[in-house]
Amino acid sequence: MRAGLRERLSGTLVIGATSAIAEATARRLAARGDPLYLVARDGERLGAVAADLAMRGSPRVGSERLDANDLTAHEGMLERAERFLGGLDRVLIAYGTLSDQKACEDSVALTLRELHTNALSVVALLTLLANRLAQRGSGTIAVISSVAGDRGRSANYVYGSAKALVTTFLSGLRQRLSRKGVAVVTLKPGFVDTPMTAAFEKGWMWAKPERVAAGIVKAMDRRAGVVYLPAFWRPIMLLIRLIPERIFRSLGF
Amino acid sequence: MGSHVVSSWGNVIRAEHALYRLRSRFDRFPQVLPGSTVLPFGNGRSYGDSCLNAGGALLQTRSLDRFIRFDRDNGVLACEAGVLLADVLRFALPCGWFLPVVPGTAYVTVGGAIANDVHGKNHHRTGTFGGHVRRLELLRSSGERWLCSPVENSEWFAATVGGLGLTGAITWAELQLRRVPGPSMDVETVRFASLDRFFALCDESDRQFEYTVSWIDCLARGRRLGRGLLQRANHIESASRRRSGARGISVPLMSPVSLVNAATLRLFNTLHFYRRRAAHTRDVTDFRPFFFPLDRIRHWNRLYGPRGFYQYQCVLPGRSGPEVTARLLETVARSGLGSFLAVLKRFGALSSPGMLSFPREGVTVALDFPNKGPFVERLFRELDEVVGAAGGRLYPAKDGRMPGELFRSGYPQWPQFARYIDPGCSSSFWRRVTGCGRDSESA
Repeated sequence: MRAGLRERLSGTLVIGATSAIAEATARRLAARGDPLYLVARDGERLGAVAADLAMRGSPRVGSERLDANDLTAHEGMLERAERFLGGLDRVLIAYGTLSDQKACEDSVALTLRELHTNALSVVALLTLLANRLAQRGSGTIAVISSVAGDRGRSANYVYGSAKALVTTFLSGLRQRLSRKGVAVVTLKPGFVDTPMTAAFEKGWMWAKPERVAAGIVKAMDRRAGVVYLPAFWRPIMLLIRLIPERIFRSLGF
Repeated sequence: MGSHVVSSWGNVIRAEHALYRLRSRFDRFPQVLPGSTVLPFGNGRSYGDSCLNAGGALLQTRSLDRFIRFDRDNGVLACEAGVLLADVLRFALPCGWFLPVVPGTAYVTVGGAIANDVHGKNHHRTGTFGGHVRRLELLRSSGERWLCSPVENSEWFAATVGGLGLTGAITWAELQLRRVPGPSMDVETVRFASLDRFFALCDESDRQFEYTVSWIDCLARGRRLGRGLLQRANHIESASRRRSGARGISVPLMSPVSLVNAATLRLFNTLHFYRRRAAHTRDVTDFRPFFFPLDRIRHWNRLYGPRGFYQYQCVLPGRSGPEVTARLLETVARSGLGSFLAVLKRFGALSSPGMLSFPREGVTVALDFPNKGPFVERLFRELDEVVGAAGGRLYPAKDGRMPGELFRSGYPQWPQFARYIDPGCSSSFWRRVTGCGRDSESA
């Protein structure tokens, strides 16, 4: 708990800060007075989000543009974030693209690009982050993976396999860093009801970004390992993983 | 872009729409199929079809929910158009600022409050919401962005305030807030036995109180016609004794039948009328139960069952008020269809800034009715006659059925307004009451 409080004082680095889940999470952090360093690709929207979070209570908000696929830019960004926050204690990696599965099936280039965005660039960032935090001997790294990474499905296996890579990478990283006092949190949201679909009723499986955000903040505060958001996805995904392949391959979902 | 069924708050009208959204105020206006139209859609709290565009597209603005700037010294707040009034209050109140006008729910967006030029219990003092908008940005389907204010592009401002989303999408607005001493209200509740007493009470109360509103027992007839409770209030400094604003309750599922019916209504109305033993009480309460009593019940519209409900809200202009109000209430009482929420409020003389703004000097009556098909429509037609003969008009934000003639006679400026409509925008309401614009449903 004490470690958690000290981390809060130095704030949180949010990479992919303009995504709906990241923004909702950052609002919760801002409301309780955490400093923030925000990173996103779209500079205009990033500026709007940063101004909003400052008004919502964050005492210090820094921001910078980054294309996560430009791996050479990672080190400089981390350096500036660490300087702004006075230490790199809490990091949330929240960016990603929901791949167009059908288009990927017809394009090697697109498939590789999706894997680069959703998996390889995350691995590159994590490698740098892990060493920085390990050196300090404290901190929390949280990454938004997905339930889609738990088992490949025909509807979204390019996205799903990228998330599976991230999930497995995080699992190993968690083991490695646990001895160094650094927590690694794997966040696995299910269906998230973005404002796009707000106008019509959806089933109980859909969660609002605010609810997912509350789960993220809680998981980071208590330095959890693997978290399903909302929690009911854990038993569902357990069942889905248990289905024998011979049956799974003929399922239509 | 998939097609989705969207219904408005009244749950009577549901229709297929293609859904688009703006994720930030910098986004471009969506390109829809040629011949189709778009209507900006905020939080969907309009009751009828003014927030729908059957067969066309909706442009959702709820994701535009960022604050932009706040001048703490002068109370000037700039925010995106999808911010809810509840969020504005949560943000501004701790700094001692409040919205100058709030409607009966805080769950409307800033853009929606402007597009419907909403009013509140203090209309006699502060006019409508649009009167406190310093400027706004209008995004047209052509991609152009115009800053509109009472002095800049003022005719576009006048068309957009109360313009039902038809002039384009409002992306952000700058509001002038007003100072308050704190979150508490000093509320007096006065029982009145007749409509005459109501008008006498209004004369007295409107002078001394910023907020006045009355609930009417619309089942009462004859001598008791127009009996009810008048609430009058001012902001005060002292803290509320009762802690409020706690978690509300929710109607989790659509009720299979309307729980609002003749029996429950008579019981409720009588209990409510005699709710307090004294004919005149005074309390200090939190602002939320005073301004937004129904916001504590999430999805309260589900109480009316799957067929939904209508709200009939009219304004009866000027001097004709008392007699016409009596005739209107008599018509409702005779029908026995009485309404759960029956609200009476006298509007002040301040003119509204929008070409199609609803409020004007006179008396406004708002009545909720479960949708009983032809029964309720027969009553509405009788009410329409009373309203039309008095030169009154109905409130588009609440309407899903007014005859076109009543709209056109009530809003004689509509042809001038029509010149400001974005060629890419339309709504079910507009097509219905004017017959203008391509009917997307037949497309």
